[in-house]
Amino acid sequence: MNWASASDFFAMGGYAFYVWGSFVVTAACIAGEILFLRARRGEALRTVRAEKVRHEAAA
Amino acid sequence: MSAPSSGAVFRGIIRRDLRLAARRRSEPLFTLGFFVVVASLFPLGLGPEPELLRRIAPGVLWVAALLASMLALGRMFAADYEDGTLEQIALAPSPLVFSVGAKIVAHWLVTGLPLVLVSPLLALQYGLPADVVAHLALSLLIGTPVLSLIGAIAAALTIGVRGAGVLVALLTLPLYVPALVFGAGAVDAKLAGLSAAPNLALLGACLALALLFSPPATATAIRISLE
Amino acid sequence: MTNSVTHWFRYASPQSFYPLAGRMIPLFAALAAILASAGLWIAFFVAPTDAQQGESYRIIFVHVPASWMSMFLYVVMAGWAGLGLAFNTRLSAMMAHAIAPTGAMFAFLSLWTGALWGRPTWGTYWVWDARLTSELVLFFLYLGYMALHAAIDEPRRGDRASAVLALVGVINVPIIYFSVQWWNTLHQGASVSITRAPSMATTMLMGMLVMALAFWMYSIAAALARVRAIMLEREAHMQWTHQLTETAR
Repeated sequence: MNWASASDFFAMGGYAFYVWGSFVVTAACIAGEILFLRARRGEALRTVRAEKVRHEAAA
Repeated sequence: MSAPSSGAVFRGIIRRDLRLAARRRSEPLFTLGFFVVVASLFPLGLGPEPELLRRIAPGVLWVAALLASMLALGRMFAADYEDGTLEQIALAPSPLVFSVGAKIVAHWLVTGLPLVLVSPLLALQYGLPADVVAHLALSLLIGTPVLSLIGAIAAALTIGVRGAGVLVALLTLPLYVPALVFGAGAVDAKLAGLSAAPNLALLGACLALALLFSPPATATAIRISLE
Repeated sequence: MTNSVTHWFRYASPQSFYPLAGRMIPLFAALAAILASAGLWIAFFVAPTDAQQGESYRIIFVHVPASWMSMFLYVVMAGWAGLGLAFNTRLSAMMAHAIAPTGAMFAFLSLWTGALWGRPTWGTYWVWDARLTSELVLFFLYLGYMALHAAIDEPRRGDRASAVLALVGVINVPIIYFSVQWWNTLHQGASVSITRAPSMATTMLMGMLVMALAFWMYSIAAALARVRAIMLEREAHMQWTHQLTETAR
C-alpha cells in the first residue's frame, strides 16, 4: 500500500494541488462533455419532433 | 482557333493580376506598410537597447513578415470570386492547377516580394550586421513563397465565408510554424556566427513540398468553394 | 464477394448506422469505465512513489494518455474526412465532425495537465519544449477545423472544406513536430525538456497504457453519441428520423 492513511492520500506528498488539479479537471471535462452530449441529443430530438409535426401538418 | 497552351494561360493570368494590382496601387502598399509598422512597434514596446534589438530582430522581422503576408491572403481570390472570374477560370479547359499556380505567383510578386526587398532597411533599423541582413533577405525570399502557397489553401477554403479574415489567421498560423522556425532560425544561426545552411536547406525543402502540394490542394478547395 | 462489399456500405447511410451506433455506445462506455477504474487503481495504489518527483509524477497517468489520444484522434478524424472526400459519403464527414471536439478536449487536457506537472517538477507552468509546443499547435489545428466547419453555412461545402483542411493538417503535423523539435534543440539551455520522461517502471507504463485504452473507449462512445446527434440534426426532415421510437410523443 502506498498510503498510510486517507489524509496522506489526499495530501499527495504535498503535491495535492497539482495532482488533484489534473485528475479533477480531467474528470470534470469528461463529465462536462457527457452532459453536453446529453443536452445536444435532447435538442436534436426536439428539432426532429418539430419537423415531424410540420411534415404531418403539410401532409 | 485552338485553345491557348497552359504556359500561355499561366503567363496571361500573372500579367492580368499584376496589371490589376498596379491599378489598385494601395494593395501592395498596405502589406508593406503593415510590415514596417509592426517592425517599428517592437522597439517602442521593448526599449531601444541595441543588444536586445539585435537579438530579437530575426524572430520579430520574420513574425512581422508572416503577419503581413497572412493579412494579404484575403485578397488572393476575393475579387475574382466576386465578379465571377474565378468561376470562369475554374470552367476553362486549361487545368485549374496551373491557373491557381499563376494566381499564387502573382500574389506573391505583389505582396511577398516587396517584403523581401524592404527587409534590409528594417534589418538595419535593428542593427543587424551586413551579412546577417543578406541572410534575412534570402530567408524571406525562400520563405514568403512558402507562406503564400500554404496561405492560398486557407484562402481558397474560406472564399465568401463571413469572418474569413480571422478564420484564415486561425487556419494558417499552425501551418506556418515550420517556415517560421527554419526562416528565423537561419538568420539566428548566422547572427550567432554559425552556418545558416541547415535551416535554409530545410526551408528550401518546405518550399519544394509546398510547390508540389499546395496548387492541387488549392484547386480542390476552389472547386469545393464554387459548388 | 459483392455481399461483403454491399454489407459494408449498408452502414454508410445514416439511417442504418443510427441504431447500430446506439447499441455500441453502452458497450464502449462500460469498457471505458472498467479500464478507467483499473487504470486509476494502478495509478494511485500500485505504482510506487517516484524517487525524484514524489507523488507529482502520478499526473503522467492522465497527461500522457491525453496526449496520445489527442494525436490519435486527429489522425482518425482526418481518415474519416478523407473517406468522405473520396467516396462522397455524408456519414464519413459526420464521423469526422463527431470526433473533433473530443480530440480538442484531450489536447486541452494534455496542455493543462502538462502545465500542472511542469510546475512542481521544473518550476514553471509553461515550458516551451517540443512536446507541449506541438500539442499547442495541434490544439489550434482542432480549433481551426471546428471553426471552418462552423463558419460555412452550407453543409456539403462545410463537410468537404473541413475535410481538405483536416488532410492538410494531418500531413503537416509530422513536419510541424519535426520543426518544433529542431527549434527546441537550437534553443536548448533554457530548461530541462519535459519530453525526457522518467525511466519507466513497468507498472507506470502499464498504468499509462490502461488509462490510454480507457480514454480510447470513452472517445469511441462519445463520438458515436455525438454522431447520432449530428444525424438527427442534419436529417431532421427525413422520414426515418420521424419514425424513430424516441421521437414519438
